[in-house]
Amino acid sequence: MNTDKITKAVLQFSSLIILLVAGGMIFSLVEGAVPAFKEFGFKFIFSNNWNPTEGKENFGALPFIAGTLITSVTALLISLPLSFSASLFLSEYYRRTRMAKVLGMMVDLLAGIPSIVYGLWGFYVLRPVLIDLGLPNQGFGIFTASIILAIMIIPYATSLSNEIISMVPNELKEGAYSLGATKLEVITHVIVPSARSGIVAGYILSFGRAHGETMAVTMLIGNANIIPNGLFSTGNTMASVIANQFGEAEGLKLSSLIAIGLLLFLITGIINTIGKFIIKKMA
Amino acid sequence: MEAATNTMQTGKLKIRTLKNNIFKSTVIVFSVVTILPILLIIYELVSKGIKQISFDFILKTPPDTFEAMTALSNGELIPGGIANGIAGTLFMVIMASVIAIPVGVITGIFLYENQGKPLANLTRNVSDILQGVPSIVLGLIAYIWIVKPVTHGFSALAGSVSLSIMMLPMIVRSTEETLKMIPQTIKEAALALGVPYYKVILRVLVPTGFSGLLTGILLSISRILGETAPLMLTALGSSAINFNIAKPTSAVPLLIWEFYNDPNMVDLIWSSSLLLMAMVLSLNIISKRIVARTK
Repeated sequence: MNTDKITKAVLQFSSLIILLVAGGMIFSLVEGAVPAFKEFGFKFIFSNNWNPTEGKENFGALPFIAGTLITSVTALLISLPLSFSASLFLSEYYRRTRMAKVLGMMVDLLAGIPSIVYGLWGFYVLRPVLIDLGLPNQGFGIFTASIILAIMIIPYATSLSNEIISMVPNELKEGAYSLGATKLEVITHVIVPSARSGIVAGYILSFGRAHGETMAVTMLIGNANIIPNGLFSTGNTMASVIANQFGEAEGLKLSSLIAIGLLLFLITGIINTIGKFIIKKMA
Repeated sequence: MEAATNTMQTGKLKIRTLKNNIFKSTVIVFSVVTILPILLIIYELVSKGIKQISFDFILKTPPDTFEAMTALSNGELIPGGIANGIAGTLFMVIMASVIAIPVGVITGIFLYENQGKPLANLTRNVSDILQGVPSIVLGLIAYIWIVKPVTHGFSALAGSVSLSIMMLPMIVRSTEETLKMIPQTIKEAALALGVPYYKVILRVLVPTGFSGLLTGILLSISRILGETAPLMLTALGSSAINFNIAKPTSAVPLLIWEFYNDPNMVDLIWSSSLLLMAMVLSLNIISKRIVARTK
């Protein structure tokens, strides 16, 4: 009888560890960010001036927030037709065939490639191609980083929408086919409407993933602390500026980087919560 | 009149089939484009990296920049290898696993046993949020928690802590999902025999779900093997093999980053990446095999 109580206590205790870790994370990030917010106030979020020169120090996160949003949106738009096609290939056109197995395996492999290897490939293989196509800034910038990011989120977007599309009841599809609908009409009139919110949630989650990718973006975005003025401009994301500037950071600069980490934590947290909420509502 | 509507209808049908076929071709073309990068990346790694792979590459530490430069100017392969990175990666991954696996599995069991209870729901949601936290933020956290107050400098311990926070939610999730698939009757049979609760967990739940648990753990390890960003903020890197938890330690991805930034060593990036990919992919394949066998 007593051992049962102990067992239950142990189980409960370990779940408290997770809550403690998460709570401690928020606490530590906020604590570390306090000096930056004290110095700059809310201007920290809205100022576009990032100047680490001693004496004239000023830190504003807007260039990185903007850079993160632009790269993630572009990456999402690039990956959308690709991952949606792949999920239709897997769950509709070639369901349970050998070809689908091979394609599914390849897409899974994409998820297994480390971020830094994507960065190398982007740097040594993709960038020269883009330079030949006439991209400015030696091929560095938002666009190059977005292409690599798009490839990196394809496996998540594909497997999420694949799962949702596979859940559409066969009766609905068969009903449409028996009325003489073509496959395309079944997809646009039956599958997409009934799986819409799930597919959207899948892309929201992938969007959140794109926000936090660090290494590949750092290697390709050009690392300029400015608000990007176009698709081919150089820039920096929140994750890449932390990776880039952390080495020499102390005092106010360190606090500002932690503050950016806090903002990144909050933004990805909100995006993921929205995505998960939609999926939960569907199920 | 009737003939006219007929031709009109066959005309419409033709357009519909045409649209259908165009869409199908687009899907196939885009799907092929989707898998193109993986083929290109693997081709790049193998074609540029294979010549450097040897026993020395696994067993020796990297040369200094000057040695590498001399070898390059003599047209030879760069001597040495990435033993410090391999040792550091194994060391930190094992330490991270030791921290994350017990907590993760036990929490997963807690969630399974308390479906619908408020504390379990809260834990599940928090763990989901943790899973979405960017790895670089976990690096910042380990820096604040370990590097500054505990080891007073970059250390293997800090690296392991950041990696273990990354593993934790994945293990929690996979444990709960695995246990949900075990028939309730097996557990009830054990309870009906008057078996103590901890024995039900250790002798019934864990063994029955063992392959599922193992798969989740292996997948989470394969996720953290290639992590670079959090380690840059915590373990930093070291040119020698290090097994001291309070000292800076190298890892394969950290070495790739160093080679990438050193023009004399840059030839080593491909072979190191190839080795890293091989480690990640073999873990992936092993875990897939386990899933396939239990199904």
